[in-house]
Amino acid sequence: MGRNDLITGNVWEQYSNKVIERMNNPKFLGEFSEEEAKKRGAKLVVADFGSEACGDSVRLYWLVDPKTDKIIDARFKSFGCGTAIASSDMMTELTIGKTVDEAMKITNLDVEKALRDEPDKPAFPPQKMHCSVMAYDVIIEAAAKYKGEDAKKLKNSEIVCECARVTRGEIEEIVRKHNVKTIEELQKYTDAGTYCKSCVAPGGHEERDVYLVDIIKEVQEEMKKEKFEKGAESQKFEDMSLVKKIKAVEEILDKKIKPALAMDGGSLELIDVKENGDKFEVYVRYLGACASCASGMMTLMGIEDELNRSLNTDKIKVIQI
Amino acid sequence: MKVYLDNNSTTPMDEKVKKIYCQSSDIFGNVNVIYDLGIEARKAMNKAYDIIYPGIGASDEDDILITSSTTEGNNAVIKTFLDAYLKGSDKKHIITTIAEHSSIKAPCAYAKTLGMEVTYLYTDENGRIKLDELVDAIRDDTALISVLFASNESGAIQPIKEIGEIAKKYNIPFHCDGAQAIGKSKLNVRELGVDYFTFSAHKFHGPKGIGGLYIKKGAPFLNLIHGGNQMGGKRGGSVYLNGMVAMAEALRLANEHLDEMYTKVAKLRDKLEDAILQIPDTKTYVDKKQRLPNSVIASFRGIEGEAMLWDLNLNKIYAATGSSCSSERLEGSEVLEALGEDPEIAHTGIIFSLSRFTTEEEIDYVIEKLPKIVERLRSISMTYAKVKPN
Repeated sequence: MGRNDLITGNVWEQYSNKVIERMNNPKFLGEFSEEEAKKRGAKLVVADFGSEACGDSVRLYWLVDPKTDKIIDARFKSFGCGTAIASSDMMTELTIGKTVDEAMKITNLDVEKALRDEPDKPAFPPQKMHCSVMAYDVIIEAAAKYKGEDAKKLKNSEIVCECARVTRGEIEEIVRKHNVKTIEELQKYTDAGTYCKSCVAPGGHEERDVYLVDIIKEVQEEMKKEKFEKGAESQKFEDMSLVKKIKAVEEILDKKIKPALAMDGGSLELIDVKENGDKFEVYVRYLGACASCASGMMTLMGIEDELNRSLNTDKIKVIQI
Repeated sequence: MKVYLDNNSTTPMDEKVKKIYCQSSDIFGNVNVIYDLGIEARKAMNKAYDIIYPGIGASDEDDILITSSTTEGNNAVIKTFLDAYLKGSDKKHIITTIAEHSSIKAPCAYAKTLGMEVTYLYTDENGRIKLDELVDAIRDDTALISVLFASNESGAIQPIKEIGEIAKKYNIPFHCDGAQAIGKSKLNVRELGVDYFTFSAHKFHGPKGIGGLYIKKGAPFLNLIHGGNQMGGKRGGSVYLNGMVAMAEALRLANEHLDEMYTKVAKLRDKLEDAILQIPDTKTYVDKKQRLPNSVIASFRGIEGEAMLWDLNLNKIYAATGSSCSSERLEGSEVLEALGEDPEIAHTGIIFSLSRFTTEEEIDYVIEKLPKIVERLRSISMTYAKVKPN
């Protein structure tokens, strides 16, 4: 919050002249017919994205040269606000002259930048960014139609913030690298969640499958777990507290020993632990096939070796009950 | 030419009101002081009340608190019952409608977070609640019924008097958000049977930042603004005296021009509405007999509401939409959806609201421009595209 946020109608003064001009006079408004495509030796592609029931939708028309995959001409129709119309117009223009594969690289960020009057001044207010995201989606729809593929396969399904086109992987990397705990901290390193804010947390403009707050929380929990494991690994077994020793032993049993025993239909359970002088005694009970296995003693020695090796010690003794 | 048709949102100040507003700003004394300036201020307050009390049909034993707005009054009423609930009252249920302004919906949502329960009554194709549904919604623990006089979007007028009778029968306090009432309807709060009535001066050609909260004698009330003993100790803060004087004048003029609202203004509204309906794929809503005389809500298939406002603005025509993709919700107009419209049409709603200052020349100008605006925007629209996806 601050002075600028106190005047709620400010958004209407934050449009570039290019946006206003394209809203008032879209250059690439229109449609192509099959006859026209035939005359120009091109393949007609017509793709829709969005829906009028949701308040925004766009239809993109491409004439594609089948020999070169080049988009020789394009038009659009749109249902939406001024930002949606201006963005659709600019997106349509940006695709002309490109191959279908090149066009697929165009995003709403490119469209917004192309609509700026000055390089460092956004073309429209951040909360209107979501009106421009259809630009990327409809291009992918059109490309999928041209290629005869499923649009979902062509899309980067990992995008979490559609406005800023930031993927889950990028968010996770930032959280890890900078130990990010809050949205404010995250936004020091990325634009994710700074535009329409739908992706920040539930309750925004649109419902999302995943929110930034969830990703931060998940990664932080993972980091905590890893830190603990690392700590456990890096600390000498002899220097660990009793609780840590038990947890370290349990973890090796769960991760390494039990899966191996399970392959032969067996298992074991940890019954007790005792510190006996400088020795650490681990009492186990065989279960399943192991309980009646003739090689139980050999296996026990193997378990002891594995525990001592994994925990970099020679103090563990495994005793069968 | 500039045509202002967003009068349900706010209105320009009447020149006569402006004059009184400026004149009375010379009466700057504190109403609580002993010296002459205090006497002058108290006289001015009394004179204003002499207009305001009969102006809405209140009795002298009732309170009309001078507030900053309808929003403040609405909050005070809802929070009166929230406060009682938090202090141990078993009355935890509020009945209101989906057509309410956010200044009722938001405090109700807040009350819900603290344990109260809220029933939102739906409206019919004419934007009115059904009285039998109201009766069905009443519970033993119902604390309050709050229903707006009329919707600023659809213009639908609620059956307030009948609701008042039901509230009285079940002994439930009844609040009416009267933001759209003054100047559009002959008003008598006592006859309506309300316990609380809220209003803002800027809705009837008065200044902004001043309003009123009517509290019937005996109705419970929580002071939201603690401070001095102004307003009988029910609302602290120095009285906005020239605002109050100007509001009284605005109220007097609104009542004086009431007939005009049902003759001249309604006729102009009808002329505009007829012209809208001449345009293909348009629709207007709510039976005129049950609608504010100055309002028309229309849908224009294929044209998103905000885009329409953009083009209207280019032509210096100022109206409103019930949906905006900059607003909190991306859905279309809740009001249009409540009137039974499909979601894609609900995104195309435009609200035109006139005032007694709207002229025929202005309406003719809108009628001339509107078809061209619609034609241009439909040339962009997918709805009207001939070539469909292959």
